[in-house]
Amino acid sequence: MVETTNANPNVDPGHSAEPGDGSSRRDFIHIAAIAVGGVGAVAAVWPFIDQMNPSADTLALASIEYDFSKVAVGSQASIKWRGKPVFVRHRTPKEIADAVADDHAAMRDPATDASRHKAGKPEWLILIGVCTHLGCVPNLGGTYGGWLCPCHGSVYDTAGRIRAGPAPLNLLMPDYEFLSATKVKIG
Amino acid sequence: MSGHSNYEPKTGIERWLDARLPIIRMAYDSAIDYPTPKNLNYWWTFGGILAVCLVVQIVTGVVLAMHYVPNSDLAFNSVESIMRDVNYGWMLRYIHANGASMFFLAVYVHMARGLYYGSYKAPREVLWLLGCVIYLLMMATAFMGYVLPWGQMSYYGAVVITNLFSALDNVIPGVGTAVTTWLWGGFAVDNATLNRFFSLHYLLPFMIAGVVGLHIWALHVPGNNNPTGVSVKSKADTVPFHPYYTVKDGFAILAFMILFAWFVFFEPNALAHAENYVPANPLQTPAHIVPEWYFLPFYAMLRSVPNKLFGVIAMFGAIALLFVVPWLDTSKVRSMRYRPAARIFFAIFVVSVLVLGWCGGKEPDDVVIAIGRDAAGDPTGLSVTVFSRFFVLYYYGYFLLVLPILGLREKVLPVPDTISTPVLSHGGSALPTGATAEASKKG
Ligand code: HEM
Ligand code: FES
Repeated sequence: MVETTNANPNVDPGHSAEPGDGSSRRDFIHIAAIAVGGVGAVAAVWPFIDQMNPSADTLALASIEYDFSKVAVGSQASIKWRGKPVFVRHRTPKEIADAVADDHAAMRDPATDASRHKAGKPEWLILIGVCTHLGCVPNLGGTYGGWLCPCHGSVYDTAGRIRAGPAPLNLLMPDYEFLSATKVKIG
Repeated sequence: MSGHSNYEPKTGIERWLDARLPIIRMAYDSAIDYPTPKNLNYWWTFGGILAVCLVVQIVTGVVLAMHYVPNSDLAFNSVESIMRDVNYGWMLRYIHANGASMFFLAVYVHMARGLYYGSYKAPREVLWLLGCVIYLLMMATAFMGYVLPWGQMSYYGAVVITNLFSALDNVIPGVGTAVTTWLWGGFAVDNATLNRFFSLHYLLPFMIAGVVGLHIWALHVPGNNNPTGVSVKSKADTVPFHPYYTVKDGFAILAFMILFAWFVFFEPNALAHAENYVPANPLQTPAHIVPEWYFLPFYAMLRSVPNKLFGVIAMFGAIALLFVVPWLDTSKVRSMRYRPAARIFFAIFVVSVLVLGWCGGKEPDDVVIAIGRDAAGDPTGLSVTVFSRFFVLYYYGYFLLVLPILGLREKVLPVPDTISTPVLSHGGSALPTGATAEASKKG
């Protein structure tokens, strides 16, 4: 055990800061030290947590430009943007009509077809190709003619809206703009 | 590690060391002289088997890490080079990959043993909790290890499992996305993810080893449970660990190693997926993704619920339940040997878990029981998803209804007074139920 008698015999054991208030200078030092130490510990932990967040070079990933002139009607291109697939789908008139016809059907995440593409370009559907359930890449197909996710069977329609299966949301839309009649900038 | 020690240092050097670091005493007390119930059956050998599995994984893992490259451009080829170029690399990798399966096989037997014989009941709750922690760490380790070869299954396994946390968005919007971005170190599973998984895959087995130390400590305080569930009453109920159980465990370990070696040398890919020999492609998910066999029951639970958040909750809840088992079971009789009704419920529980495992490996829309045919001539009827719901309900029901209620209402068989009674006379004393419950509680 540690020696408990006071090193300085001239100081009385109570160390009263002001006589009679019951608290001692030692109590104050304990509380102050614990408080400073606690804040310091939390401050020291943060860098160890934050280092796992995306690094500066990952965040700096620029937008990409894509020439979609070779994507034939009825087909789709998958391009990689920020590590994930982006679908550039060239819809047929029937696919567009099917999507519009369902605009007011019961849906989990209601949206009109018009809100899913840029005005005047209904044939181009540009979506992030990541199932909103647990992140798999849906394949073309499914009962609504859009996509079917191979992982747990989520079904998306020709506007990328969730129609069946466990996914909670429609396929997300990336930020994009058309640069010309054949070029789109994503991101 | 506790109680009275019979160790007597024989040589001068042993006496010298014993006065400074009584490490030989500790080993002697816990592996040689340790008093063990004399009636342990082969279900009790899986603890030793598990220890061997952990050592095998660490030894093969450390040498694999000498050749493996944790980089998304190089990882797949480095594993292929281990398979083709590194001396005995194929063997080391097959031991490590099949070793993970053997580890889980052993841990499931070990846990089922605990559930059947009531090894989680007082005074062994902490022992059981530490076991649950080990199981959690094992799952995390195996999941991250499986990502390392960076094949298609590796990649989409990582995608699906990390995305489980995105379900938090349904609780507080934005939190799920923040957590997954943090886990990935980017906007998708990528090189940053692979690197951190390698770091943690290297670390966690050593944390498991540490918790195993606590697990054994918590075992040696109350001592082993045994097939009768009756506590040790006197020295006549026990035998020293060595040679009785060193030999019994040793024999079981060898038998287990034969099975292990059969997989490694004759069917090294029987438990693996061909898809994982295709390099990861973030633009194309394979047609049928499934986790490793030891996660299939949980995967089936996830898929059985049509709602994302509740599916994730159903899956994690199934694991969380294990932690509270000691407080859910109201029966005072430990071993199901004397609980005929509990035995039936337990058997159905085991079957349910196996059926869930089977469901987890099927496609969700596969038809289990065909009722008719659709226009295209494909069978329609009960799908795997719907079928699995019955077994998910039973899994939950077993823990939340059967364990609490059965203990209060069941009729138990006469429980012997001591471990030695059935060993010597092949029968139990005819005590009334109340008294037997008392008898086993006293221990
Ligand atoms: C609890 C113990 C462990 C378990 C359950 C485990 C599990 C796994 C699994 C399932 C794989 C994937 C095997 C495959 O399909 O190729 C793997 C790979 C790997 N593990 Fe472990 N592991 C453990 C301990 C360790 C340790 C201690 C190390 C040391 C660094 C290690 C290093 C590696 C390496 C380098 C790979 C990639 C090479 C490969 O895929 O074969 N593991 N591990
Ligand atoms: S990830 Fe698409 S349905 Fe689960």
